[in-house]
Parts: sequence; C-alpha cells; structure tokens
Amino acid sequence: MSDLIEEFYARVPVMDETPAPSLSSEDRQKLLTHFYPDYRPEGKATLRVGPNAGTVVPEEIAALLESRSRLQGPRTLPENPDREVDILIIGGGGAGITAALHAVEQGADVLLATKLRVGDSNTVMAEGGIQSALGEGDSPVEHFRDTFRGGHGANDPTLLSILVQEGPRMVEWLISRGILFDRDPQGNLSLRKGGGTSRPRLISAKDYTGLELVRVLKEDVVNAPLEILEFSPAVELLQGPGGACAGAVLWDLDSRKHIFVKSRTTILATGGSGRLHIGGFATSNHFGATGDGLSMAYRLGAKLVHVDSFQYHPTGVIFPSEMAGMLITEAVRGAGARMYNTLGRRFVNELETRDVVASAIIRECAEGRGVPTPSGASGVYLDLASIDRDAGEGTVAKRFPNIVKLMTRHNVDPTKVPILVYPTLHYQNGGVQTDAQSRTAIPHLLVAGEASGGLHGTNRLMGNSLLELFVFGRRAGLEAAQEARERPPFSWKEVSIAHVDQFEKDLAREFKGGDRPIAPTLFPDYRRKDS
Amino acid sequence: MDNALKESQTMVHVTINGRDYKVPAGSTMVQAMWYTGHEVIHGIGCLGGVCGACASVYRMKGDFRLRNALACQTLVQDGMSFSMLDSYPIQRAHYDVAALSDPKEELFTFYPESATCRNCNACTEVCPQGIDVRDAVWRANFGDFKAVADLTMSCVMCGLCVSRCIAEMAPHEIALYARRAYGAKELPYPENLKIRLDEIVAGTFSKEMDRLLGLSTGELKKECEVKS
Ligand SMILES: Cc1cc2nc3c(=O)[nH]c(=O)nc-3n(C[C@H](O)[C@H](O)[C@H](O)COP(=O)(O)OP(=O)(O)OC[C@H]3O[C@@H](n4cnc5c(N)ncnc54)[C@H](O)[C@@H]3O)c2cc1C
Ligand code: SF4
Ligand code: SF4
Ligand code: FES
Repeated sequence: MSDLIEEFYARVPVMDETPAPSLSSEDRQKLLTHFYPDYRPEGKATLRVGPNAGTVVPEEIAALLESRSRLQGPRTLPENPDREVDILIIGGGGAGITAALHAVEQGADVLLATKLRVGDSNTVMAEGGIQSALGEGDSPVEHFRDTFRGGHGANDPTLLSILVQEGPRMVEWLISRGILFDRDPQGNLSLRKGGGTSRPRLISAKDYTGLELVRVLKEDVVNAPLEILEFSPAVELLQGPGGACAGAVLWDLDSRKHIFVKSRTTILATGGSGRLHIGGFATSNHFGATGDGLSMAYRLGAKLVHVDSFQYHPTGVIFPSEMAGMLITEAVRGAGARMYNTLGRRFVNELETRDVVASAIIRECAEGRGVPTPSGASGVYLDLASIDRDAGEGTVAKRFPNIVKLMTRHNVDPTKVPILVYPTLHYQNGGVQTDAQSRTAIPHLLVAGEASGGLHGTNRLMGNSLLELFVFGRRAGLEAAQEARERPPFSWKEVSIAHVDQFEKDLAREFKGGDRPIAPTLFPDYRRKDS
Repeated sequence: MDNALKESQTMVHVTINGRDYKVPAGSTMVQAMWYTGHEVIHGIGCLGGVCGACASVYRMKGDFRLRNALACQTLVQDGMSFSMLDSYPIQRAHYDVAALSDPKEELFTFYPESATCRNCNACTEVCPQGIDVRDAVWRANFGDFKAVADLTMSCVMCGLCVSRCIAEMAPHEIALYARRAYGAKELPYPENLKIRLDEIVAGTFSKEMDRLLGLSTGELKKECEVKS
C-alpha cells in the first residue's frame, strides 16, 4: 500500500499560491446550477404518494419515502404492548440524549430506543464545532443574518430566531455538565471562523467536539432514571385516536423480535441519511444514518420540508479509497488550508459557503482538472501545510490532532503532503417539518435534530447543526413532558398500524402494483454481492 | 472494498474469527469482514475512528505478541488473524457532576480502584489513540485533572485499556470523571459567555430581532444578502 501512496504523491505538481478570482453572486448561482447535485436534473424522481406528492427529490429519497413497510401483512398488534411509557425517544444521538435529559428532569417516564449503542451517531463524529455568537461585535442578530443568507433565505425565520437566541444558554448548560471547550488565555471560549459567516463564532473541543459532547452526555443519560434500549431501531410508528402518534414498533436486532411500545408522546431523533449514498456519493455519516425517521413519519402523514436539499461537504477524503467519505473539517480552511487542482492552481476562494466550494470541486473534476486516483475516481488537493507556514510549525498537529492521527494511520502525513478530497454526502438540510415546540403535523409526534427540517433552509452553515441539537432537543424534551401530562388517556385497543396498510394501498394504486423497496433499511449492505 | 481491490490489485491472507480468507490489500479490518460476507452490527458505529465501537484484537503470523486496534481504521496485513471485541464490561460511577463538592477526594469514593494502579503500563501500550493512559491515571490520583484532560482528550472510549489492566480498573472512565470535574468545577466561567447571556436576558437584541421577524421573506433576503 505505501508504494501506491508514494507513487501517487510523486505526481503532486508545483503549487501556485495565487488566490482564485473572487465570485460575483451571478457566478455563484451559475456554478451551483451547473454543478451542485441538488440543482441537477439527473437522478431525480417526483413523489407520487404521501403528504409531499409532487415534490421532486433524489431517487434514493423517493425509494425511502415511497416504500413498503418492514412489517409484513396482515398487520396485527399483540394483545398488550410490551412497554407503556410517557415518552418514547427514538434515536440516541445528540438530539435524543438532550431531549431525554430534559424530559426526565420534568419527572417523565422515558424510554430511549436506539439503533446501535447510545451515542453511535453523527453527533459523535462532529469535528469542527458549535456556532454561538459570543464575540465582541457579534450578536444573535448577526448569527441570524449569516444563517439566513447561507440557507438561501429558505430558513424558517421563527425557528432560526430561537436557535440564535437560546444558543448561548445551551452552551452554558454544556459547560455545566463539564464539557471542555477550548479557551483563550483569558479563559474566554475560543471563537473560530467557519465558512459563510461574517464573524468568528465556532466554539470547539479541538477537532473532537462531537466526541467530547457524546462522552459526557452519554454518561449523564446512562446515569439518569430512564430506560435505554440499544440495538433496537424503530421500524414503524403507531397510530392512536385522531390520527395522533401512539408509540412505535421496535426491532430487536439480537433476538430478532418486535417490541411494541405505547407512548403518550414520541420524539423522533433519528438523524440523517448519508448512508443512502444519494447520487453514488461517499458519505461522512455514521453506519446507521439511513433516514429511517423520514420514512416512518411520512407514512404516518407528517409533512416533510426541503427533502430535496442535501449538503455535500466539499472536503471528504477520496484517496486512499478505504477512507472514502471521511470528513476533513471546514475549520482547516478557516485556518488557512488551500485547495489546488491537478495543474497546481487554486480554483475557488476556500471560504465560500459549502455548496459553492463543493460545486467548484465537482467542476474541476468534471472538466478534466481533477487529480485521478488509482481506482478511477478523481479529486483535488487540500493542502494543510500552508496553515503551518502561516501560523507556525506545529499548528496543524495542535489544532487538528484527529485528522493527523487518522490520515497517518493510512500512511498519509497531512502536515507534509496534501490530502486528496472530493465532496462527500454530509448533511440532510431538510426533514420533517417542525414548529417552535418541535411539533409536527401529527399530534404527539415531535422531531428534533437532523431528522427535522426548516431551520437551515437549503444550506446549513457549519456549527449550526450541533447548536440545533441542544436548543431544539431541550425544547422537544420539555414539550413532550408537558404533552404527556396533558394528553387524555387512551387504550391499546385504540392503537393501530392501519396507516401503513393505507399507505401501501396508495402505493399499489399509484405504481400499478409495481414492486416498491422496503424501508427503513436500517443499515447499508456493503457485503460483496457474491460472497 | 472493491475500490481497494482496483487500487492495489493484490490479495492478502487473513484469519477472521478463526477462519481463513483472502481479501484485497488496502482494506480495513471492517471492510475485510464485509468482503467475506460478515454482517457486522455489534462492532460498528461511526466508521470514522471516533466512537470506539470497533475495538479488535489481532496477532501476526510468526509473532507471539497480541495486538489491538480499531477495526474501522486499521488496514489488514498478510498473515493477520483477528476478532472483534464488541464490548468490554465496565463498572461506571453514578454521580452528578454538578453536585461534586470535593472532586479530587470523591474520585476515591467513585473509583477507589484508581489508587491500585501497579504501573505496568499495559494500558498505554494498548491504547489505539496513543494516549499515555498510565500517566493519566496517576495524574488523576494526584488531583491534577488539567493534566488528565490534556492527556486524554482523544480517548474514544473503546475500552481496550480496560481489557489489559492488571488492576482491573477502567482508566477511560476515571479520565472521563477527571475531565468533567475539571471542566465543571475548576475552569473559570467564560467571561464572553457571561456578557452575551446578560445582554440576551436584558433584551438587548430583541428589538432588532423582532424587526427582522416582521419583514417579508423578500425583504429579509435583501437585508441579509451582504455580510455586514
Ligand atoms: C463527520 C461529521 C462531522 C460533522 N461536524 C459538524 C460540526 O462540526 N458542527 C456541526 O454543527 N455539525 C456537524 N455535523 C453535523 C452534526 O453532527 C449532525 O447533524 C448532528 O449531530 C445530528 O444529530 P442528531 O441527534 O439529529 O442525529 P445523530 O447524531 O445521527 O443521532 C441519530 C441517532 O438515531 C439512531 N437511529 C437512526 N435510525 C434509528 C431508528 N430507526 N430507530 C432508533 N434509532 C435510530 C442513530 O443510530 C443515531 O444514534 C457533522 C456531521 C458529521 C457526519
Ligand atoms: S484510553 Fe482506553 S478507552 Fe480511551 S482510547 Fe485509549 S484504550 Fe481506548
Ligand atoms: S494497565 Fe492498569 S495497572 Fe497497569 S498502568 Fe494502566 S492503570 Fe495501572
Ligand atoms: S466504528 Fe467508530 S471507531 Fe471504528
């Protein structure tokens, strides 16, 4: 393998540091329309069934939404539920854990069910940081403006105003739990710059921000008075009186049995869908990011928003191929890393928003200025060495120890040679439409985190997602506790999965009985087909 | 995996859970399991080297030494024999970090075994993150929680140190306790956060925020278009 790497790096051209010409807003728009996957016509389908019928989405999302249930018909419920709780939380990432901790504080009886172990999630992988407008000359208003501009003005302004105003208070909560954010010599939280923002606003824990958050909050949630079911993904929601949500059906991955949970309120916190590999893109997401929440909520009749919008993070590793998709945080560009094409030229201002930078990389590769890899892919160089040149020897190692560690394991020393990158499927910009209380169109079904939609518009700014988990995870937890107290009692006899039968009937009618995929898939299958 | 094959064009011999296979050079251990048809659920979380779910144990042919690795990040080598460890049972303390009053003393209430470290260094040798775990345990015992934080920030909680500790403790849990206590109890409250929170509570930004929320989408877009 090292021979292969040596050979590859023997071809690195001389790099010309001249900055790329700056872009006008027309240039940006043109670049996006021509190269950003969201705006391209290929690989798209128009939804025909469900609350978002008529919306054009990627084919993989259509397959996820217009799908059959994992529960085979005839679908009946057992005599009694296996569990009965106030609040069922589905998904043990940052949003689910935060909701659980806040709901339990209200005295609610909570069951947290998750697919893998608690914390095995996109949250644990976050490297860059959390946006919080703490700097002098910065304010929640500036944070609002930057995010609205970055989201192409499609953000829900009310949700956004909550995010920016409650953000700092959630940062305080995290610190009180003992989370170690980087400090400046005066003891202030260090603020760093991310793409698309007008002020330095990112607080981080080196490049281990998500890991630090999860390690700490996981310890709190396992110590909290609630029940946790790991390796038990939800596969279907249950319907109660008035079309409201009444719990879920879980699938125990070990005993291979269903678990029927009746709940007064349900919070979906199942995260994103990178592992659906939309458009064949590699992904930065964890193993369980298969968009399950979207498909379950859609079947129950929840409306989705911006599910045609995804974030392709510009800098995913593309060589060596066993690392494909792994993220190199945007913070390296904030710190001065540069990108070059195969001619050794810079081709875009590295601090443009993510969608613009990603489009520029796709353009370079599509127009033959990409660097070919031995397996036939192509990418561009991301050079971190300039950070050390600008900010002093050792800066990369100090600020990005995780990147150095991971790359070095694959025989690439990023302080010496550039990393080969290509956009990687990173974030689901849209999701289930929610309001300020995290409520959806379905009564007693709340959604928080990456599974929800509206807040980020059609392009999320770095650091806003983690902030969202805490701001809206807390809101969901509190709202759920209140709803659980106030919802009139209902019996198991009033609970059904008839909505699934109905949805499949609609599918059969629209697709004339043609075969439809089954979802949620729960995991991608990477096994060799003939193994 | 198929890309790895395209890239390297060579196969290597490995043994997975005691059974022999040939897999493409340049695969990670997890990719080798997929290549050979294994369905891996316990033992995968992030696939990105940060969640610690994929702790594994291996030996190389002709070498008596037992080695450990994170399977999603480690490339197979010819003659490697490996198994995944899935999960290592641990005992973790039940405490509320906000309620600690003398964290340095309370360490010995929650983790009395911490004081029994026999300095064997096995934890440090096994750690896939290259952490000086033994040093971290001693620093914790001496109450230097800042040093523990500096030493162990990259801990992925894989539990491999536990698997080797002759004193049978869980060094990573002790380090977590020390880091949390340091963050919640020793570090000063950040001044910039305090200033901003006071302003928010005082309503400093409410008027401007309300004005923005009163605009039409078109007007709002225009207002936000340029970086100020
Ligand atoms: C590599 C990477 C780096 C990132 N860096 C940053 C950053 O620097 N700053 C930032 O703000 N954001 C960042 N993000 C985005 C951010 O981390 C995520 O958007 C956010 O953590 C999502 O949190 P969540 O709780 O909604 O979902 P997750 O953290 O993904 O949690 C969802 C959980 O639900 C589980 N689950 C899924 N389906 C089911 C089911 N059917 N039943 C039960 N459980 C289920 C999953 O296994 C998982 O545990 C990054 C993301 C990635 C992937
Ligand atoms: S300190 Fe222990 S748990 Fe943490 S990474 Fe090292 S071996 Fe794994
Ligand atoms: S393995 Fe256990 S006994 Fe040995 S140095 Fe580490 S903590 Fe101490
Ligand atoms: S799967 Fe998360 S560290 Fe390997």
